[in-house]
Amino acid sequence: MTPSRSAFAALLAKDLRTELRTMRSLPAMVLFAVTTFIIFRYGLDRTTLSGSLAGGVLWTTLLFAGILGINRIFVSELEEGGFDAIRLAPIDRTVLFTSKASALFIYLLVLEAIVVPVFALFFLPDWSALIPLLPFLLGANLGFAVLGTLISSMAVNSRARDLLVPLLLLPLVVPLMIAVTAVSAGLFDAAGPDYEGFGTWLLVVGLYDGIFLLVGYAVFDFLLED
Amino acid sequence: MDERPVAATDDAADAGAEAVSAIRLRRLSREYGERLALREVDLELAEGETLALLGPNGSGKSTMLRILATLLRPTSGEVEVLGCQLPDESWKLRGRIGYLGHEPLLYRDLTGRENLVLQARLHGIPGDEASARIEHDLELLEMSRRADDRVAGFSAGMRQRIAICRAVIHRPTLLLLDEPDSNLDPEGRELSRSLIGPAEGRTRVLVSHEPERAIAEADSVVRLDRAGRVEQTDHNLRQGPAGSGTPG
Repeated sequence: MTPSRSAFAALLAKDLRTELRTMRSLPAMVLFAVTTFIIFRYGLDRTTLSGSLAGGVLWTTLLFAGILGINRIFVSELEEGGFDAIRLAPIDRTVLFTSKASALFIYLLVLEAIVVPVFALFFLPDWSALIPLLPFLLGANLGFAVLGTLISSMAVNSRARDLLVPLLLLPLVVPLMIAVTAVSAGLFDAAGPDYEGFGTWLLVVGLYDGIFLLVGYAVFDFLLED
Repeated sequence: MDERPVAATDDAADAGAEAVSAIRLRRLSREYGERLALREVDLELAEGETLALLGPNGSGKSTMLRILATLLRPTSGEVEVLGCQLPDESWKLRGRIGYLGHEPLLYRDLTGRENLVLQARLHGIPGDEASARIEHDLELLEMSRRADDRVAGFSAGMRQRIAICRAVIHRPTLLLLDEPDSNLDPEGRELSRSLIGPAEGRTRVLVSHEPERAIAEADSVVRLDRAGRVEQTDHNLRQGPAGSGTPG
């Protein structure tokens, strides 16, 4: 068997190199998010947002922008025979799961590095909430990347995958969204960041990530069977 | 029609337990939903020999190759490849098989060389050795000059040449070749023989729509009919009169 670390690095490097070369996912995700913020700004006719409304606008936009990336994460494997090439190699198949989830995690990081400042520029008079928001952005990315990879691997062989991914993903991502929007409502409070429930919600996000990491690791091998 | 499973040589058949089988199938069947693609196929192939798998479109040739490559699970029957029972011991077999299917299994947005480096890394080949093999194989197939171009810009024949390099980068014991000459010009066919043609110690299963060419290279031939049954087997083709059945 090829060492998993080496196979993981090879597959992740392949995905990142392909994305850098083709820019198939990230520009679309960023453009979607920025356009959505513009629509919210004019749709709500507000130049500042606070509390749960700010949290809702930010996380909903990130969620739907992320789905664009999730839809494409296995397309090259499906269309170019990558699944077969990987299944023929003497590697632990969960390496594909971890490499895809890592690639998606990195895409989401890049997305947020660009669009969260845009969100702050559009809607936040005070940027002090962004620092405490960081662990939630990272935690939500991890959960979203893991769950998205799992759902995408299930849906990729279906012709209706663009429909299936959100249909399967959105109900499962509700607990994560409840946690991050609840904490964001406090952090974006008009009177300044409120840290009530910060630790509890962080724990909830961590548990969510842990559960889906374990589920993904346990079932991914079966999802690759013919 | 010869009913017995394909044995590589009479000597091997006589030797019984001493014959080393690379492939042994017993009553192999594969269903796709309600359609039976392969129906109770029996065959046996000794190590170092070539089996030509012939038959009309839809007769199950590619399905059989994908089962042998561990890419499909058999619905029923016994499959033993290089001493491993499939599908239970598939994990032991991966890395010992070189599979060249209808699809080149290449990433279009990577260059030819990057595709080969990726495969080498997935097969755990150390960097220096991988580079040497890649250079050697690209040189053999006269692809060195274009190896750093993206696969998306290749002609079908060039893609097939890189796909051949991919299939053998890990120097497999068993080659499963599904129409390996497709899209290759005569020069490409000739060049590819050194990597995937008959050679000492190389066990091959060859699917082809050109029976004459496949039979010329084969030690044994199995013909499948449209129902996925073995219609005819001929073996010992390279042993002269000792073989049974008539090729072609």
